[in-house]
Amino acid sequence: MQLNITEQEDIVQISIDEERMDAHNSGDLKEQMLQLFDEGKCNLIIDLGKVRFIDSSGLGALVSGFKNASAREGSLKLCCLQPQVRSMFELTRLHRVFEIFNNTDEALKSFQA
Amino acid sequence: MDRRVEIDITVPNQTKYLGMVGRIGESMAHSLKSYQGNRRELAYHLNLVLTEALANAIRHANAGDPDKDVRILITASDQDLIIDVFDQGQGFDIEAVAKVRTRLKDEGGRGIQLIYKLMDKVEYLREGNSNILRMTKYLR
Repeated sequence: MQLNITEQEDIVQISIDEERMDAHNSGDLKEQMLQLFDEGKCNLIIDLGKVRFIDSSGLGALVSGFKNASAREGSLKLCCLQPQVRSMFELTRLHRVFEIFNNTDEALKSFQA
Repeated sequence: MDRRVEIDITVPNQTKYLGMVGRIGESMAHSLKSYQGNRRELAYHLNLVLTEALANAIRHANAGDPDKDVRILITASDQDLIIDVFDQGQGFDIEAVAKVRTRLKDEGGRGIQLIYKLMDKVEYLREGNSNILRMTKYLR
């Protein structure tokens, strides 16, 4: 999975540079997040702007990241969801779990609040 | 006249084929002339159920063995669209899996449940040496 990772103070932004997040590539995101948690980085923004399709494995990887970040007193937030991807969060009710922002600026600001 | 379209594909038991098979489902949704509903939504849903069913066959039924194959048969008529996913594994109790209560923050267990949510009829059949996960969507 192609990921672009940038850091701003103690917030790590991961942009998923893929059209699909599925059982083939979601494990890569999970591993990358675990590596960040091991380094003590547990405030994450996942930018899903390029993702057009997400399956249950992709959702599972995000839930895994969310739980790991929370367990370390950090948080994992999402931004830039395409409508079809957002509808998957609604279908599975996961929109109640994640904080979801329209853009990265809003997500960044939420960490400062 | 009721025109039937049949697509019969076999792919190696590897997750790298999920995208290819899912996109075939999307294309099918856009070619269904009789469908009156939201076509973009149907395209996503067919992509999703194909991806979930194939991933399930690859990982569980065929136990991740890359030398095995998975066959997918998609049949569309004016009335319905039927997706059959064949595996060569031991089979499983799909209704039991579907009934498991998953909690909101569980990482797994959503795949089969999504298939039940999005399709009108779901069956798991035994035919010869294969199991078939049959998913039907009524188009009218």
